[in-house]
Amino acid sequence: MAISKKEVEHVANLARLNLTDEEKETFTKQLDAILEFANKLNELDTEYVEPTSHVLPISNVLREDEDRPSLPVEDVIKNAPDHEDGLIKVPAVLESE
Amino acid sequence: MEIFHKRIEEIHSDLVNKEYSVQELVEVSFDRIKEVDGKVKAFLTLDEEGARDRAKKLDEELSRNEELGILFGLPAGIKDNIVTEGVRTTCASKILANYNPIYHASVMKRLHAGQAIMVGKTNMDEFAMGSSTENSGFHPTFNPWNLDHVPGGSSGGSAAAVAAGEVFFALGSDTGGSIRQPASYCGVVGLKPTYGLVSRFGLVAFASSLDQIGPLTRTVEDAAYVLQVIAGHDTYDSTSADVAIPDYISALTTDVKGLKIAVPNEYLGEGVDSEVKEKVKEALKVLEGLGAAIDEVSLPHSQYAVPTYYLIASSEASSNLARYDGVRYGVRADQGSNLMDMYKETRSQGFGEEVKRRIMLGTYSLSSGYYDAYYLKAQKVRTLIKRDFEQIFDQYDVVIGPTAPTPAFKIGEQTDDPLTMYMNDILTIPVNLAGIPAISVPCGFVNGLPVGLQIIGKAFDESTILRVAHAYEQHSDHHKVQPAL
Repeated sequence: MAISKKEVEHVANLARLNLTDEEKETFTKQLDAILEFANKLNELDTEYVEPTSHVLPISNVLREDEDRPSLPVEDVIKNAPDHEDGLIKVPAVLESE
Repeated sequence: MEIFHKRIEEIHSDLVNKEYSVQELVEVSFDRIKEVDGKVKAFLTLDEEGARDRAKKLDEELSRNEELGILFGLPAGIKDNIVTEGVRTTCASKILANYNPIYHASVMKRLHAGQAIMVGKTNMDEFAMGSSTENSGFHPTFNPWNLDHVPGGSSGGSAAAVAAGEVFFALGSDTGGSIRQPASYCGVVGLKPTYGLVSRFGLVAFASSLDQIGPLTRTVEDAAYVLQVIAGHDTYDSTSADVAIPDYISALTTDVKGLKIAVPNEYLGEGVDSEVKEKVKEALKVLEGLGAAIDEVSLPHSQYAVPTYYLIASSEASSNLARYDGVRYGVRADQGSNLMDMYKETRSQGFGEEVKRRIMLGTYSLSSGYYDAYYLKAQKVRTLIKRDFEQIFDQYDVVIGPTAPTPAFKIGEQTDDPLTMYMNDILTIPVNLAGIPAISVPCGFVNGLPVGLQIIGKAFDESTILRVAHAYEQHSDHHKVQPAL
């Protein structure tokens, strides 16, 4: 097995997903098959191969650090599920004692 | 001929000659949508008011005899992962069901400069993850040639809308084949430009190092018209290439004499349907008859492209999709007394199964202890796949093969096994990994379903693949056949 149910639970937590018991079972099986398939890449010796993270020969693209107009606050918060006085509202970050 | 089957150039001259107005043309599009979209279901959202307003303004410009844009007055469908100011943009995901963008993607600004008219947003696999448009969070789309079959994906709505005559062109996005494969399945032309040729600003990110926007059209010439308008440098996208844009339309000669074509034996090997192979070989004979030279070659790392792609694309997706947390936009789940519970509930309820599966795969590949074995390994193999193409392009002008291993499969046929579904992209994925351009052009039918010929070119050499595709198309009749709807 490339991946266990316990690892699937750990990864789901990292990915901020709640999985049902059924999903845990299915994903363990399917991810195991996909990772098994991915192990095919180990047939290749890549010790001296540079990784490609990006196909274009560009690195940092910089512009002058000048202020430019930005979007109005009332527009930006229009899509927020909950907001008040121009601020986005979220549930408590820390639990109260 | 019905107006809705006409080419871009024909519509342009009809409008200039006042055969009909832009407002009438927009109604042709909406009438056709009303007639057939109940069956095809290519659209998620229509913008009737916006399209009619724009048409009215364009008619006024026409009456003032102003210079007209290349895409003047043409009704278009836009894939629903391209943000459109004031028009709902969902990526076919429940998590963005209520998202109303406050700005336009750069390609939308360019389409407006070219004076096209968006009539609506087209259906897709959720966040562009899929090859059949069955993974839409709202409803599947159906293949106009046979409604029991999928239109391909993820730009299935865009391909089906063009094939069905609902719009004159559409935009899609291609991360692993998502423009070319549905173009092949729906019998239309689909072009994935070189990475960096078309701005990604305002394209909702799936896998940032692979995603590209491109046109879906009924002819190669139409694809050249749309590409001419959308290609070009954009300071809002730091991965946009600062290159001179050639005149793609004047590149459309039918002269392929002396052109060197490489046909990888891996692209006509095991796993490719024998009737699809026959159609591709017939197309190659046509090009040979026009004076092109054809050689069989090998792209030895092709067999590693699918696992490489799924590791890289899923890793990038797991990072890009972290932003859907119910805070700044999208749907927030009600449950959750603290922030962490709210994140988890929102994401668990909002994302569909395929999206969750890829987020899980990507998170795992990037996680501590597995990064070197999976993500880094895949990036190294990506280098080998890219080199395969570089070596071939030292000696050849284009690489040709099928776009997809089979014609469109039946609805529901492949949904149970993700690995089977991933194999649909085996012939398109290497192109994205190498960042080079490719076009799919219809090359015949198998059991009444279209087959696509894929023509792959050197980086930023869209002119040559358009020329070869056009030369082939002018010597074939497949693009003249319309689906009976």
